[in-house]
Amino acid sequence: MSAVLLSISGLTKAYPGVVANSNVSFDIEEGQVHALLGENGAGKSTLVKMIYGLVKPDSGKMMLRGSVYTPSEPRAARAAGVAMVFQHFSLFEALNVAENIALGMENPPRMRDLATRIREVSETYGLPLDPYRTVGDLSAGERQRVEIIRCLLQDPKLLIMDEPTSVLTPQEVEILFQTLRKLTSEGVAILYISHKLEEIRTLCDHATILRLGKNVGSCVPAETTARDMAELMVGSAFEAPARAGRALGDVALDVTGLSLPAPNEFGTSLRNIHFTVQQGEILGIGGVAGNGQDELLGALSGEILSDAGAIVLKGQPIGRLGPVARRALGLLAAPEERLGHAAAPDMSLTENALLTGAQRENLMSRGFLKWAETESFAKRIIEAFDVRTPGPENAARSLSGGNLQKFVIGREVLQRPEVLVVNQPTWGVDAAAAAAIRQALLDLAAKGTAVICISQDLDELMEISDRFCAVNEGRLSDIKPTQGLSVDEIGLMMGGAHGMEVSHA
Amino acid sequence: MDLSSISPTLLLASLMVAATPILLAALGELVVERSGVLNLGVEGMMITGAICGFAVAVETGSPVLGFAAAAVGGAALSLLFALLTQVALANHVASGLALTLFGLGLSALLGQGYVGIKPPPTDKLDIPLLGDMPFLGPVVFSHDLMVYVGLALVVAVWWMLNHSRAGLVLRAVGENHDAAHALGFKVVRVRIMAIMFGGACAGLGGAYISLIRVPQWTEGMTAGAGWIALALVVFASWKAGRVLLGAYLFGGITVLQLNLQAAGVDIPVEYLSMSPYVITILVLVIMSADRSRAPASLGRTFHASS
Amino acid sequence: MMLKLEKRAQPSLLWTYLTPLVAVICTMIAGGALFAVLGKNPGEAIATIFWQPLFGEFAFYYRPQLLIKGAPLVLIAIGLSLGFRAGIWNIGAEGQYIIGALTGAGVGLAFYPAEAWYIFPLMVMAGALGGWAWAMIPAVLRTRFGTNEILVSLMLVYVAEQLLAKMALGLLRNPEGHGFPGSRNFQQYPSGHNAEIITGSGMHWGVVAALIAVIFSYILLNRHILGYHIRLTGQAPRAAKFAGVNPTQLILFCLGTSGALAGLAGMFEVSGPAGQINIDFNVGYGFTAIIVAFLGRLHPVGILLAGLLMALTYIGGEIAQSNLGLPAAAIQMFQGMLLFFLLAIDVLTNFRIRRTKREAV
Repeated sequence: MSAVLLSISGLTKAYPGVVANSNVSFDIEEGQVHALLGENGAGKSTLVKMIYGLVKPDSGKMMLRGSVYTPSEPRAARAAGVAMVFQHFSLFEALNVAENIALGMENPPRMRDLATRIREVSETYGLPLDPYRTVGDLSAGERQRVEIIRCLLQDPKLLIMDEPTSVLTPQEVEILFQTLRKLTSEGVAILYISHKLEEIRTLCDHATILRLGKNVGSCVPAETTARDMAELMVGSAFEAPARAGRALGDVALDVTGLSLPAPNEFGTSLRNIHFTVQQGEILGIGGVAGNGQDELLGALSGEILSDAGAIVLKGQPIGRLGPVARRALGLLAAPEERLGHAAAPDMSLTENALLTGAQRENLMSRGFLKWAETESFAKRIIEAFDVRTPGPENAARSLSGGNLQKFVIGREVLQRPEVLVVNQPTWGVDAAAAAAIRQALLDLAAKGTAVICISQDLDELMEISDRFCAVNEGRLSDIKPTQGLSVDEIGLMMGGAHGMEVSHA
Repeated sequence: MDLSSISPTLLLASLMVAATPILLAALGELVVERSGVLNLGVEGMMITGAICGFAVAVETGSPVLGFAAAAVGGAALSLLFALLTQVALANHVASGLALTLFGLGLSALLGQGYVGIKPPPTDKLDIPLLGDMPFLGPVVFSHDLMVYVGLALVVAVWWMLNHSRAGLVLRAVGENHDAAHALGFKVVRVRIMAIMFGGACAGLGGAYISLIRVPQWTEGMTAGAGWIALALVVFASWKAGRVLLGAYLFGGITVLQLNLQAAGVDIPVEYLSMSPYVITILVLVIMSADRSRAPASLGRTFHASS
Repeated sequence: MMLKLEKRAQPSLLWTYLTPLVAVICTMIAGGALFAVLGKNPGEAIATIFWQPLFGEFAFYYRPQLLIKGAPLVLIAIGLSLGFRAGIWNIGAEGQYIIGALTGAGVGLAFYPAEAWYIFPLMVMAGALGGWAWAMIPAVLRTRFGTNEILVSLMLVYVAEQLLAKMALGLLRNPEGHGFPGSRNFQQYPSGHNAEIITGSGMHWGVVAALIAVIFSYILLNRHILGYHIRLTGQAPRAAKFAGVNPTQLILFCLGTSGALAGLAGMFEVSGPAGQINIDFNVGYGFTAIIVAFLGRLHPVGILLAGLLMALTYIGGEIAQSNLGLPAAAIQMFQGMLLFFLLAIDVLTNFRIRRTKREAV
């Protein structure tokens, strides 16, 4: 048994109306990979923000190597040897790698020396990176390397990693784990935050499980089944979505040779994309973030126009039609970003119901709006999808992520689409809402709608889709039936380990 | 019409003088915008600086004190904008417009007793040897101190932005304020300091107009120079060196049209007077093809949620 | 302890209505302090500005002035509010106002001295068209080249002012004016005169147009898909694109409409209260209307009230100028202050203030 590095006892943090952490205690040992396990909203983020000095606890105390540890700001945390890799990278796209790394250091050396050190560290840990490349041009995996190297350059004693694998291909995950194991062998402790049970079982020595802000248990992951951990995490077991056998109909959407230039400097161009979806089928499109998912959704929803014949809906070319015309023909979509893209944050749910429902739900006549009908449409969505809100007059931003996502998906599902395209339908959503959304997609397909589900959650795609493919740098892989796909195959479809083959060959 | 009355030496020399106010103001705004703040109040800060500098120079008899007062005045006014946008989280565009309207009113009020007075003259530097060089001497080496302060400021801002830690932090805040906050940088503090620097520079620019270029006080005398400075920042793609280029370009146009007016060219005075504005628009159109270099957080309100 | 802002889940309805009132009160207090510094009795100055024009001895003269000064402000502000709501910043209304006056007056003077019923309607159309065309310059540059409409529309104000000077001294100069600058006076040309509809009321056709604009704008914003799209674009541009809004059309519509309304305001002004084109024809209505639009919370009814309030400060300011010797600039600053307080207090609509223990923010 090695020495305790960080000891947390009785940490509590309350925000108005919600207790984020209540009396949380646990110890992290040197050289240990310690998992912090919990659902979205269980209080993991608040806890690590307290350790990293971004948030101050209301009560409780932390001891680092036996002395009281009260970081007043991230700078103090870094000085004490605590480093953090964020889930949403705190990187600056317009700056280069070396500049980004210098920003995270207290006393950065001169740029040229820093670049040399970056090269050294990246070779030592098998994380190839060019210090002078602009971060905006890097893939998600490469960006994570920037964050990790930024932390490593400060010789951390404790490395906090917040959902690090959500942006990686399976091959890249394996490489990351090798790096982490090398670090622990040098005595670095790692606090590993995740809700992915299998990877915790592979990697972590010890796990602390949070639910609703409380520490509800701890275990040694290698000796515990995923099912037991899941029950601790969620509190009760959830029904896996039921999947009725269904017959596939005619081809509903036919995409042929869809190519589009990148819409902005750091966007991805789409290159020669081909696929078809049949009525009643769910096509899963996987891939690491930033490989063209947003652009593909935009091209299908009509926000980005393409050649007329590149997209054919039930025999009709629609590439030149805008979102309104496509909706009228039955092609609906739900983008990834809920606040600001799928919904207007400051508008009421009624007004948000109008956002895509105006045409198909007949909510206006000659341009004049029928607010009464719109409100009842919003109420129907709220009721059918169990959206928890006092009423349709509330602003979209007042809803929790899961509830707003149910509203957004429900708004499209209730309009009886011929084809529905969703991007990241359960991202950042609690388990109950995620299960409900997946069930809704399955039910919709059972009624004959063709569903295209773009997602970075491979488990989700394996669960609901009939066929699977992946986008990688704007290209679509071959499409294969989901059943019988191996993790290796999926990883290769997602592009393998981006630019990593050399160092780990 | 007598074009021969226009002397190239004098033209180039007065070009440097004409360029200085917008150069100063645009450099300040450049720093502000690189920190992610869009302050449309440059015109208001300039005119406030113009009257503060003028009044103090007249009362004390010292142009140097005048310029110092102008910088303080501009910075003080910009602090109002900083309070609105950084503390009260108000919209940058609306707050900037408010600042301009307020500044125009304030300056008119302050300037009531100063109409028609001559300010104390600002000495031209008499640089030995260099100033005696033919052509280059009168064009480049025989101006007042502020012309060289402006030039030095270009170098200082360029160096600060690209080669100093402070500049790196400033750019980081302007590119992604949430990430900068997560790294522990004080976004609001950095921005308030940038805004006040911008205010001080605009104030200096304004005072240069009232103390040296014109030199006297009239209401609304900046006549859109602050807006041209804003356009200059876009023209320069947020780069200090190109601000200098742009300022000389606009200074050149202004001086040329004034010279043409004086030479009695057969173009109506009004058309010549509107030419700097028309050319500004044309340049903006040409430059707007290249939008990628704007700081990514420009004009977005920052509120730390955690 | 320190104060900290915390985002509300819902915008506060109470503060939405309270903000303008509190801002006006704060401005009165700060303005009073300003007047005290200038050596005036603050109570008297405030009363002169806000009370005299409405209920003072000469109120019968000032009350109609309220409509005359308020109409152009409301007309311009209504147009601006559409763009502001969509995040399209036309701040060159002053220029569109000038051009509208020039085209409107130009058409009228072209008919001089003919008398016919259709001359005035033609002038109205020309004024709207002139303002519209001037606003289409930034609109087209923005949609075609992505040029910043704030800077372009503003630069065009200076261009318009030079054009005004050129016209007042050249093409439109009164041939019988003994060489003085300025056009013929419309008050002496019945077919082109925007006369009071009810004598002594201040009610001219510009007032009618302003009221119609308020009603149309209300219906547009609350009952029509186009108004919904305008609001959506301002609040969430990506969501608007997703909903199917064509940003190009929206920019053209918003800038075009605000330009046309500003042009109308200029035309009604030149053919009525001002009477003639002259070098100093424009007095900054186009800029004050920006304050009016924000003070009215970009809401049509709010703008109507704000326009009247701002007209009051203009008139009250003039009285204070002649009676108390208060400088004209003071009132301009007073108006700027009002916008400051409004923007500052507006934070309470979306945030609440909490007292917290000191914490690294």
